[in-house]
Amino acid sequence: MLKHLLSNQLQLGLAQAAVAALAALMVVLLARKRGIQLVSELTIAMVRGLVQIVAVGSILLLLLRSPSWTSGFLLAAMIVAAGATSARRAKGMPQAFEVSTWAIACGAGSVIAIMVIAGVIDTPITALVPVGSMLIANAMNTNGLALNRFRSDVLAHVGEVEAALALGADGRSSVAPYVQGAFEASLIPAIDSLRSLGIVWIPGLMAGMLLSGARPVYAAIYQFVVLAMIFAASGLTSLVSTLLMRARVMSPAEQLILRPGQKTAGS
Amino acid sequence: MENATFEVFRGETLAIVGASGSGKTSLLRLLNRLDEPTSGTVFLEGKDYRQIPPQDLRRRVGMVMQRPFLFPGSVADNLRFGPRQRDESLSDDRIEELLSGVGLAGYGSRDVANLSGGEAQRVSFARTLANSPEALLLDEPTSALDEDSKREVERIMVKIGDEQGIACVLVSHDPAQASRLAERALVMEAGRITRAGKISEVIRA
Repeated sequence: MLKHLLSNQLQLGLAQAAVAALAALMVVLLARKRGIQLVSELTIAMVRGLVQIVAVGSILLLLLRSPSWTSGFLLAAMIVAAGATSARRAKGMPQAFEVSTWAIACGAGSVIAIMVIAGVIDTPITALVPVGSMLIANAMNTNGLALNRFRSDVLAHVGEVEAALALGADGRSSVAPYVQGAFEASLIPAIDSLRSLGIVWIPGLMAGMLLSGARPVYAAIYQFVVLAMIFAASGLTSLVSTLLMRARVMSPAEQLILRPGQKTAGS
Repeated sequence: MENATFEVFRGETLAIVGASGSGKTSLLRLLNRLDEPTSGTVFLEGKDYRQIPPQDLRRRVGMVMQRPFLFPGSVADNLRFGPRQRDESLSDDRIEELLSGVGLAGYGSRDVANLSGGEAQRVSFARTLANSPEALLLDEPTSALDEDSKREVERIMVKIGDEQGIACVLVSHDPAQASRLAERALVMEAGRITRAGKISEVIRA
């Protein structure tokens, strides 16, 4: 319907964005009726997301003519931004920003590097930055889920953790069940994406490749490649972040730092 | 917490009494270093406890909390937890002996999810004793129990004191309970020890 009304592509894009945002807003209003407050958070997130993606689209236009090495700086900046975004999901946890940034750098960064060396990801900036950003974004989501779950589990089990410490357990083994739980829970979206690939959803990358003339079988295989890379990057990120955080919720004298109402340095 | 200076000897029970929020539990948590003192220290057998590795310190200074916080699994699994931290194993006979000591003979294979509040707290005692502690910190261990369970746990506490010669520090908001179980007491108010001495003198004052 919109395509018939609007012939200008930019106007059409904005109108499509408005309709999609309206659908999201309806969900928020439904949630509000059930006492779940998402209005301000989602509104800010949607406006931010739109502005950011339009800005990135504009920057990409400029970068098309830049040398390949500039993509390294761009991806590094994305990792730092992802670390900052993800750390907000871990309020009250010590050094959440440092942990998140290191974890995403190790997880997504190493997978990107290996795949570039192996020739799985092309080096031209137009290929490396979009695929790399996809890995970083998914690593960020996984990291946020892992830290959020770890935080809530430890806070809900302070008694059990301190009972273990009081019996002579070290800090690492006292929080081990919650490290494992957070790792497993954070990977559910990545595992489900792999499991339902092609059955529940045909991802945008594959659709884009088909539209640009790639052979369907190659487009399908490459989509699997991307999801497998996402899983690898997410898994490694979650592993690193939970292990780093495990060490940071304990003091050198094996005392639990993360406790209800406790303010921690660097959080 | 300010100016808290006191001693506890082997074989005696020292009660720390006071109203809610007076700092009783905070003081207790400093004694096994679950919290860090901002100044001052604790000596265990004459040795500054900061010189003792925390895991070793907490094995030697056992703690029973207000709630049992048992780990998922069987009663025996819970008793094996402490010794396993030092790569030691607890024999079935020793588990049965510990459980008999708290009136739960034959409970080793039971799932902790199926225990009553009183039974769970007694398992918590046995789990702490499985570490063979030299001192025992008891943080209102009967406050969440009904009257019958409370009496049973008190009986166990007296038995531990009589038979094992362990130094016990009991936090209680109940002066009558403190009188039944302890020889000496400290009274705490707003983070300070305001009275200390023989239980008969301190509780009556």
